[in-house]
Amino acid sequence: NFISFDLTNNRCVVIKSCFYMSHNNSTSGWEEKVVKFFKEQLKEKDARTAVPSLNDVPLHYLKPNSLVKFRCFIQDMFDPEFYMGAYETVDPSSKAKMMQCGKYKDVAECSVDFHSSNTVNAERQTFYCVPVPGESPYASESQGRVVPSTSYAPSRQKRSYEDDDDMDTHPQKQREPNSVGPQSPDNHHGNADCKRQETEAPSSQAASASHLDLNFPLPGEKGPSCLVKVYEDWDSFKLNDMLEVYGILSVSPVLSVLADEKETSSSLLDPTDSMETAAEQRVHCPPASLVPRLHLVHSQRLLHNNPLMPLTVMEQNTAFLSSTLSEMAAVRAELLTYFTHVLLGDTLAAEYLILHLISNVYNRRDVLPLGKFTLNLSGCPTVGSYTERLYHIIQQLVPSSFYLGMTLQNLNQMRLVPKKDYVANRLVSGALQVPKNTSLFLDETRLEQGQLDTAGVHNVTALGNLISWQKVDYDFNFHQMEFPCNVNVLVTSEGRSLLPSDCQIHLQPQIPPSQIEEYLSSLHVPSDSSSQVNKFRIFLGVARLLDYSISDEVTKSVEDDFVDMRKDDPQSVSAEDLHRMLVVARLLSLSLGQTTLCRDSWMRAKHIEMQRKTRVEQQKCVNGNEP
Amino acid sequence: SSIGDLMAMPTSPGTDLLSPAAPQDTSLLSSPSFLVSSPLMYGTPSSRMEGTPRSGVRGTPARQRPDLGSVRKAPQVDLQSEQPVSDATVGSEPSGGQRLVIWGTDVNVNICKEKFQRFVQRFVDPTSTEDENAGLDLNEPLYSQKLEEISVVGDPVLNVNCRHLQSFDAELYRQLVSYPQEVIPTFDMAINDLFFDRFPDSFLEYQIQVRPYNALKTRNMRSLNPEDIDQLITISGMVIRTSQLIPEMQEAFFQCSICGASARVEVDRGRIAEPAACRHCNVSHSMALIHNRSLFSDKQMVKIQESPEDMPAGQTPHTIVVYAHNDLVDKVQPGDRINITGIYRAVPMRANPLQSSVKSVYKTHIDVIHFRKTDEKRLHGLDEDAEQKLFTEDRVQSLKELSLKPDVYERLASALAPSIYEHEDIKKGILLQLFGGSRKDFSQTGRGHFRAEVNILLCGDPGTSKSQLLQYVYNLVPRGQYTSGKGSSAVGLTAYVMKDPETRQLVLQTGALVLSDNGICCIDEFDKMSDNTRSVLHEVMEQQTLSIAKAGIICQLNARTAVLAAANPVESQWNPKKTTIENIQLPHTLLSRFDLIFLMLDPQDEAYDRRLAHHLVSLYYHGEEQMEEEFLDMSVLKDYIAYARTYISPRLSEEASQALIEAYVDMRKIGSGRGMVSAYPRQLESLIRLSEAHAKVRFSERVETIDVEEAKRLHREALKQSATDPRTGFVDISILTTGMSATARKRKEEVAQALKKMIQTKARTPAMKYQQLLEELRAQSETAVTKELFDEALRALADEDYLTVTGKTVRLLA
Repeated sequence: NFISFDLTNNRCVVIKSCFYMSHNNSTSGWEEKVVKFFKEQLKEKDARTAVPSLNDVPLHYLKPNSLVKFRCFIQDMFDPEFYMGAYETVDPSSKAKMMQCGKYKDVAECSVDFHSSNTVNAERQTFYCVPVPGESPYASESQGRVVPSTSYAPSRQKRSYEDDDDMDTHPQKQREPNSVGPQSPDNHHGNADCKRQETEAPSSQAASASHLDLNFPLPGEKGPSCLVKVYEDWDSFKLNDMLEVYGILSVSPVLSVLADEKETSSSLLDPTDSMETAAEQRVHCPPASLVPRLHLVHSQRLLHNNPLMPLTVMEQNTAFLSSTLSEMAAVRAELLTYFTHVLLGDTLAAEYLILHLISNVYNRRDVLPLGKFTLNLSGCPTVGSYTERLYHIIQQLVPSSFYLGMTLQNLNQMRLVPKKDYVANRLVSGALQVPKNTSLFLDETRLEQGQLDTAGVHNVTALGNLISWQKVDYDFNFHQMEFPCNVNVLVTSEGRSLLPSDCQIHLQPQIPPSQIEEYLSSLHVPSDSSSQVNKFRIFLGVARLLDYSISDEVTKSVEDDFVDMRKDDPQSVSAEDLHRMLVVARLLSLSLGQTTLCRDSWMRAKHIEMQRKTRVEQQKCVNGNEP
Repeated sequence: SSIGDLMAMPTSPGTDLLSPAAPQDTSLLSSPSFLVSSPLMYGTPSSRMEGTPRSGVRGTPARQRPDLGSVRKAPQVDLQSEQPVSDATVGSEPSGGQRLVIWGTDVNVNICKEKFQRFVQRFVDPTSTEDENAGLDLNEPLYSQKLEEISVVGDPVLNVNCRHLQSFDAELYRQLVSYPQEVIPTFDMAINDLFFDRFPDSFLEYQIQVRPYNALKTRNMRSLNPEDIDQLITISGMVIRTSQLIPEMQEAFFQCSICGASARVEVDRGRIAEPAACRHCNVSHSMALIHNRSLFSDKQMVKIQESPEDMPAGQTPHTIVVYAHNDLVDKVQPGDRINITGIYRAVPMRANPLQSSVKSVYKTHIDVIHFRKTDEKRLHGLDEDAEQKLFTEDRVQSLKELSLKPDVYERLASALAPSIYEHEDIKKGILLQLFGGSRKDFSQTGRGHFRAEVNILLCGDPGTSKSQLLQYVYNLVPRGQYTSGKGSSAVGLTAYVMKDPETRQLVLQTGALVLSDNGICCIDEFDKMSDNTRSVLHEVMEQQTLSIAKAGIICQLNARTAVLAAANPVESQWNPKKTTIENIQLPHTLLSRFDLIFLMLDPQDEAYDRRLAHHLVSLYYHGEEQMEEEFLDMSVLKDYIAYARTYISPRLSEEASQALIEAYVDMRKIGSGRGMVSAYPRQLESLIRLSEAHAKVRFSERVETIDVEEAKRLHREALKQSATDPRTGFVDISILTTGMSATARKRKEEVAQALKKMIQTKARTPAMKYQQLLEELRAQSETAVTKELFDEALRALADEDYLTVTGKTVRLLA
């Protein structure tokens, strides 16, 4: 009733006033009302898209104290803070007292009456959030762009509209080279689309923004980071969650002034303040112009960050699901053809690549993660930067990915495992702090002979742990803490990888080695927004989220099969092989849009596994001494 | 005031008037136009004693307590009139029937004092087990005895366990927790009155301070909320940083630059009200701060982080700032696990008069009153209950119920790593390892400690989920370490000395074995470990200590760790025709230190295959709920083990000892029939350990015959797997203890004799070709002679000084 919140016209009326009003109207229960109101509004279809997003719109176009959204990743959790939930101000001239609300705000009016007995103290939690790491350009760009609310001075209005138009037609000017990249694979090597490729270890950290290290997990990332203030139920949030946050933007210059002041004239402060190190100050109170504050009103955990799929759980979107499921087999065939083309005519490898891309840790049985499917693609040609092209194509298809060239320098110098910095009191991120279902592309073809130092050994161990147990042990200096993760790891190598893997497939190019380079230059890269590519993206996203079961009959026949296989030659099939076959069968069924295992899929899984095994055996014979 | 006068006056440097710092400082310290004080501090002014209480007449100075926060006179209020009684300071006598309480609280000073004195004089706790109370008569009033101790030792600190206070007087306890800032000074007064009454002649450096600890329940850092502000709390955590010492001004000394008159101003909540004018000569703005004559106290900032055990999964640990004052400074080091008791504070952000708005957040910290290290005992005790995990009554009850079930042993074993199929005996073995034996001390008789930990080695084909089992155990135990033999060096396992980059001091960094003291060290790929690294395990696995002599640091560290190792056969597949030693190529000296050695092999039998397949398939589609039902929860298992390890230490019963003796004699007998030793004292010790562990599983304080039976069975099973001589099919312990089975030794001797005979029968040539000799022997012998066997035979003959082998030629010596 009291809130004039015109979503359709894309205007977020200043929230502040409504709080004052609501507070004066009904002293209790107003918070719930506000939150409920926002939630209701946001349920409506257009509402989500009507709210401007911090991901797309530059900060200076957004109006302070307005409602914005932010698709983000919880990188660190700060300590809870106490604030004045409600306080009384005294007008210096009239001495009139007035209740003020401190919720959803960072600053209080200066004439606070600290002695008032009406003051209510409350607690809130701060999360340090960054944009989703490793997000592919298509995923970060097409998430419902919104023209920012027009709250600028009239003289500026025109210009800002222009800018907006600009952005709508050519999505994000600074990313333009990226969208060009795919069409011209010849020049993409030194191009900006490899911006996430860590060629020279950590130098990029310093390059971000200014002196301020925004602590992005992956090197070379850009984008706004944000301090999200959470008012309720903060225990339900977990580190590394992907969230869509709706909240009130706070960029009050006071926050920055305080921060600056502390840096420059610390003598102004009493000794208790100076005990907090400058580093800590910088991290916890960064200038609001660089790291805005967002007061959370409503948030939603994201199961995926694929913009082409509905956000909500699959079951609720039966229409979408049934239409996709019916197309699954056809899209799969198309994708198989395409991957065969990319993988130099090797259909079996293409088959495995599909299975790998839709794998997902769907459950954990004590320490054992179920459903992971790390693929080691061995025998990759080293000419024509093949692996980088391959990554580039995968990046086009999955919502988030990261390319890690396993050069000695990278292994020895890069920070993979997040580490707690007690001086600045924050978790310094590492490349393995990524959201779930990120595709991690490890390029082992770039490894050369040399010495790994201590950090390198730790990094390789961390990668091994990630692959084997899907967990990363964060370094808290005095102890380690285990964080489970869910990352699809693809290792490309010449021989067998030095890292463990669930499945190794040796690439058998159908093209003579002399022509590979030529073939690569003519490699078809789909354009960014073709309908085919979008179909692939939806396919990979949906297959990953499907439920799966095995009927009793099929269970029986699988058991029989296993016993039979062991009868013939007990050495040939081990429990581990059965594990893998079950995973392959599961992924194969899902890739065909089947949510239960049928006999055919099982036979097919068995068949491709046999093919793969004979190929690995052959390879052993060729190489002779390979273990 | 009297305090300042007692201080030795520093020789102040001439005139402070010209000191350049002084004017600047005063301007900084002058309070801004309006007084900003926290509404949180509202109604909790301190009741600092003006001067000293009665006993102070003796000249014992009272020491300021910055830990109690602001020093301000607290007016007392008459409850009836609701008006502050003017000038009624805390020390004053209450008038007649008026009920005086400290403003903002319901604390009446005199009643409170009396109550506390009664508590000190009367409280008795006959069941006290705290180490602080060692040597005290538990049937006498506890704190009176402590006062006596103070009079002897002269350390004027009285630590009071709040739990005692609570059981004695719940109301007083409530007041203490709610208004620590008022109640603790009252306690101080009471205790000093009492003390100087009893020991009028004792001399103390300053007056006794009461330090309560163990307030309420030990709270989790996460559960602190705004309601706890200004209350007495106890939380646990780990120290992560300590600051330099900070001198904090308690009392400022001002001197008039015109007439030289001085004034003292007490610091109130970090602020000093600078006298605007000199009282003596009435010149305004003439007062200058004299640093040398001001009063300072020590202060240190300590950062505490939640201990990893208290944290919910998927979140980062919280930290909190703690201020330590006076003698508590430098009491703790980074890395210490501590319980701290203190007052929780919140201070609003300082407002800047130039700005129109302020940040609406508070800074929170704890003013510490008492530190208690929780891991102190670990350094010099042999008690394993260092980490006293607190179990709720319900939990203990449910654990005890579980322990009474007849099949508890099987249940727990199957709850262990449910995703790994079968291998029942191995799981049982690991279960017993998790419980461990009882610790025994024979240092009186010169043998030192007996190892209580059970060591287990798993060997077998690759891909038989050994690593998974290790990972599971590592995740299950609180102090587990996981290393891989491939990646760890000797120093990584033991300890190394490194130079701290900040302090340039040498520091001892401990490795996996020391870190898993009282836990389990899981070592994967044991066979890939270098010999050098493996050699450090000899000491750890039997003596349970680790000696270090590096960079001038010579020490012996405790490493009472159980070792769970996994090894792969040297040939990628286990060769059933070879002995364990030959298969994994580990030195027998090390192998004999393992209590149980299990083989994890593919059984290769149809029924097993079927069950395995069924198990695996079900793993891939059963819902999570279904899994929960089938097995015990991992957390229950964790608690069960922790409880048993902490509270149960079984001893051998008469029958059990008898059964053990018989078992050992039987084992010896088997061998003696064939002329070999089939059991060593080490095996007996293993049996004892295993029986004790099994008794622990049952929560039994006595080891019964059934425990011994199970230990025997398990030990036999393990031996059957690992110590069977593949040539004869008999179990032969010497395979593990000497690295060679008796039959193999016999065979070696036979070959050597045959070789000797052959050489003797040949024409006497002083030198022979190696290859030729081997072929001749092969032609002559009825059984196959391998090259290794031939080499060994040659070596045996060389030992007899009969021949020498140089390169490819064999020379006779005789």
